[in-house]
Amino acid sequence: MYKKMLVLRFPAEITDKPLICTLSRRLDLCFNILKAKILPGREGLMVLELSGHKNQVNEGLRYLKAQGVRVKPVEQEIRRNNDICIQCGVCTGICPTHALHMNRETMEVIFDPNRCSGCELCMAICPVRAMEIQFSTDKVLV
Amino acid sequence: MAHYQVNKTFQEINEKIRSGKAVVVTAEEMVGIVRKHGEVKAAKKVDVVTTGTFSPMCSSGAFINLGPGISGIKAAQVWFNGVPAYAGLAAIDVYIGATEPRSNDPLNTIYPGEFLYGGGHVIQDLLSGKTVHLVAEAYGTHCYPRKCIEREITLADLPFARLCNPRNSSQNYNCAVNVTDKTVYSYMGTLKPRLGNANYCTSGQLNPLLNDPYYQTIGTGTRIFLGGGVGYVISEGTQHHPDTPRTERGIPRGTAGTLMVTGDLKQMDPRWLVGVSILGYGCSMAVGLGIPIPILNEEMAMRTAVSDEDILVPVVDYGRDYPDGKNRHLSEVTYAQLRSGSISIDGKEVPTAPLSSYIRAREIAKILKKWISDGRFLLGEPQELLPSQPKHS
Repeated sequence: MYKKMLVLRFPAEITDKPLICTLSRRLDLCFNILKAKILPGREGLMVLELSGHKNQVNEGLRYLKAQGVRVKPVEQEIRRNNDICIQCGVCTGICPTHALHMNRETMEVIFDPNRCSGCELCMAICPVRAMEIQFSTDKVLV
Repeated sequence: MAHYQVNKTFQEINEKIRSGKAVVVTAEEMVGIVRKHGEVKAAKKVDVVTTGTFSPMCSSGAFINLGPGISGIKAAQVWFNGVPAYAGLAAIDVYIGATEPRSNDPLNTIYPGEFLYGGGHVIQDLLSGKTVHLVAEAYGTHCYPRKCIEREITLADLPFARLCNPRNSSQNYNCAVNVTDKTVYSYMGTLKPRLGNANYCTSGQLNPLLNDPYYQTIGTGTRIFLGGGVGYVISEGTQHHPDTPRTERGIPRGTAGTLMVTGDLKQMDPRWLVGVSILGYGCSMAVGLGIPIPILNEEMAMRTAVSDEDILVPVVDYGRDYPDGKNRHLSEVTYAQLRSGSISIDGKEVPTAPLSSYIRAREIAKILKKWISDGRFLLGEPQELLPSQPKHS
């Protein structure tokens, strides 16, 4: 099973098209929508996990891009600002995917963006607001 | 008076530090040294054990004198970047507290509030060399006629800025959980319902007061690492409770001792004084603090060999018990269990997370070790020890 956690941005013209449904029907892909919203300018934003055979997943990504959807892996949209992180570790008790976890030996707080589902729970929990998530700071009014 | 095989004085140890011959180890290193060599040999070998803690510490703040740029005003109300400071001291003396939010902060009106900026952030910004917007208002007097001053200032413009924290460096602390069905936003962080997580806040075997549990070497005048610079213990802090029940080796089974500390803000570092925002609760400041413990005798070697397994932490429900003022302990766990990442409460595995940075606490202990080893930092002999209680052993 091949899995991809993605951030999709739909231009206003295509937010009414059932693209994800097509992914599932035509390419036999499994999807899990973690977040979906339509912004005031009618653009769509979606965080979605796509899984299936690797070839099919890649085929699906090509299909989405061909429809005008901008596709980015979640890990490219999220980062920890290490200059301000104070390495306390309080985020590790909240992170549902253990993308934020601790090395028990050194007690270093580690962030593995590849395991992140983009849930954003860490953002407001972090006492110094060190987690930066691109899609939550996207401009709402364009 | 106990009879010791090893007897050292502060003066003797300071002499060794001056000549670069003092043996200094961190509290983590001391655990293994005492296990390997025994207390007496360890006491002969080691002169100073360094400790550290880095965690949100409410009851922190700074005394600031605004002059000489700010003159002709008897400031009655003062704001730094919109955060009120207490001005009821003298014409231009103020105190900025770490937990003070901005005047126009929405607080918890949109629940849970974010509390993005407060007194701790002001102190961090000043230390970072940033410009801070100062507003002072007054009713006007003959000698101080001005009624309002507005100015951009930096730390360099302030003739006097002194960190003065009435309660820091808690000796042990609760582990917070939530047994109710709703999420709880507490000063111990966000607690998920039905024992979803457990938050704790101490640096365990590195914690300063856990390495000298009866305060036999710590008191007024003890020189410490504070906020990246040098500070001093003024006295016991507020809510200092030495009479908390203790384990056989003297470790309090819950919150006990605290310290009031001070130091010149101008020689501190924004890495070690950091404004923090606690969701739904308020703002505060993370403070880096470390205390050197002199190994005056084999008893202090034994005390500083405290390990995570020896430290018992009470588990307290912050959903119902704590708000109701009930000091009930759901259970008791060791700091070693908390550090492992999960504890068991009523048969349920509960993930644990710290609010206190262990890795930064270790860094403080190492910095202090280097300062002392390099002969740059001498021990301050306390003029008066903190109030304590009779020892078990």
